[in-house]
Amino acid sequence: MNATHAQRRRERLDRGLKVRSEGIYALMSWRELVYLTLPRLILIAGLLILPFLMPTAYWQRVISIVCIYALLALSFDFLAHFVGLVSLGGAFFIGTGGYLTAILNTSFGLPPLLTIPIATVFGAVICTLLLLPCLPLRGVYFAIVTLMYPLLLMRVIEALDILGGTDGIVGIDSFANRWIEQYFIICMVLLFLFGMRRVVNQDLGLVLRAVKDNDQAVRASGISITYYKTIAVFISSAMGCLAGAYLVHLYMWAGLSTFALDFSILPIAATVIGGAGTLVGPVLGAFILVPISELLREFGTLRIVFYAIILLAFIVFRSEGIMVYGQRKYHQFEKWTKV
Amino acid sequence: MDILFEILIYGSIHSISLALIALGFALVYGTSRVPNFAHGALYIINGFIVWSFLRVWGLNYFLSVVFAIIVTGLIGALIYQFFLIRVRGMAISEIIASYAIGLAILEGFRWGGFKGMTYTLPTFIQGTIFVAGVPVDLHRIIVLVSGLALVGFLWLFTHYTRIGLALRGMAQDERAALMLGIDSDRMAVVAMVFGAMLAGLASVLLLPLGNIVVETGYNVLILAIAVCIVGGLGSWVGAVLAAFIIGFAQIFTEVFLGTHFKVVVALLAIIITLILRPSGLFGQQKELEERV
Repeated sequence: MNATHAQRRRERLDRGLKVRSEGIYALMSWRELVYLTLPRLILIAGLLILPFLMPTAYWQRVISIVCIYALLALSFDFLAHFVGLVSLGGAFFIGTGGYLTAILNTSFGLPPLLTIPIATVFGAVICTLLLLPCLPLRGVYFAIVTLMYPLLLMRVIEALDILGGTDGIVGIDSFANRWIEQYFIICMVLLFLFGMRRVVNQDLGLVLRAVKDNDQAVRASGISITYYKTIAVFISSAMGCLAGAYLVHLYMWAGLSTFALDFSILPIAATVIGGAGTLVGPVLGAFILVPISELLREFGTLRIVFYAIILLAFIVFRSEGIMVYGQRKYHQFEKWTKV
Repeated sequence: MDILFEILIYGSIHSISLALIALGFALVYGTSRVPNFAHGALYIINGFIVWSFLRVWGLNYFLSVVFAIIVTGLIGALIYQFFLIRVRGMAISEIIASYAIGLAILEGFRWGGFKGMTYTLPTFIQGTIFVAGVPVDLHRIIVLVSGLALVGFLWLFTHYTRIGLALRGMAQDERAALMLGIDSDRMAVVAMVFGAMLAGLASVLLLPLGNIVVETGYNVLILAIAVCIVGGLGSWVGAVLAAFIIGFAQIFTEVFLGTHFKVVVALLAIIITLILRPSGLFGQQKELEERV
């Protein structure tokens, strides 16, 4: 290497606009205000007008399904990247919430207005209680246990022929009209998305992240990690059960397929593609992945192959995801500097 | 008395089959700490390759089995070299990546119309013999004998050959092995090749007893995980012992409760073991690494 050939490297710096808008001075200029609020407004407005842009009722239905997966992906992302518990059991949450709703609706005759909140809370309680013994487990072990739970419940229902057996529970009420059906879930996604962003920056979120990074240190500080993990699992399974309860009312049917692997794998794929640990990323990922998989529906199981390959490619070669990349481009600029 | 012998004989055969299925998974995990969730897919791939050598290309049975196992080993090496090696050490990415590979392969087969009763392999030897008054077909006897032989062979291999010793060294302490000049990346590839070949061997021995269907791939994965977890991830002795425990438990439930509960037993075994004693019967991991 001779001296005349200067070596360069890329340097990444925060944009001035970003630094300025971090303080209270952001309120004094339109530019900073827009810089702060525009991405959020685009997301909210985009989600709210999306149903009007859909050409057919079929695609409006797809938006509802996307929102179900978005909730699941949000719950996966929260548990995996803010608490350090990797749960491969999205189907477990969906199934519990779904079956609970189905029982409440068909056996007790409660309307969707009541079944969904009850199933959300009690489903989350059931999931948390069942997962409680597994909470001390780490990494691979927790992942394997949560992967096995939905399979176990599915086989038990099949073997004992309870809860409708392989036929499932039919005759569940649907929503009053399709606009309620549509906007209920969209509002829930927005609510949980911004709610979770708040939660992870509160004290609770701080402790949870500490549990993820170094649980022994948290323990040494006299904080019960099991207590905090329980809270996190409750929040996360509540999101999953809500999605399950909604799904059952949407399809007017609860069956073994609510424990299907789709509900465990697709949210993970969405999180990996969207950007892990950003909370917005998984929602975005769901909005990319589910419509694509819907377009490929006529190819049958090929769509599972397709999203398995996307998942593989992203996790092996581009593990940061779209949202992390996007945030970097939005907040920072790059330049070449001499070394 | 008859039912006792039946349970004893079919229980041991079933246990040996489980051990065959699980050994590949245990080998890969024990050596490179990669939980190979594509194990079931490799099992099915091997069955498919044997089938196509045999039926499409018209090779003789023995040759197609040998070629198929070699090809499966190569596929395992490719999977490791191109994908898994890049995420090695990141436990969750390993699971997700290998599971995605397995999913892609299995669902790809399903899409290719690979289901139903049409795809079968012939048994090695036709015929039935009576053992203590219980009819057992000869193929199952072959499974039993070759399973036992394989376990013995693996024991000899890992104790008396250079590669085997290197694999064990890496399983015990990777850093120390690196210092002694064992190339851990290469050994991990070797382990994956052996793991894939063991999956292939298991499929060659077990698939003639049923049809080649995609669901088998998933079941094989669950059984392999069950055996390895109960025995302790990474412990080969534990895996063999756990295969017998789960095998007999499954046969008992099948006889006294019904076939539906067979998989429930395996799943319950996984969950209960993980909750009570995550390192399994013979796991060598430190308690703190797996639970708080």
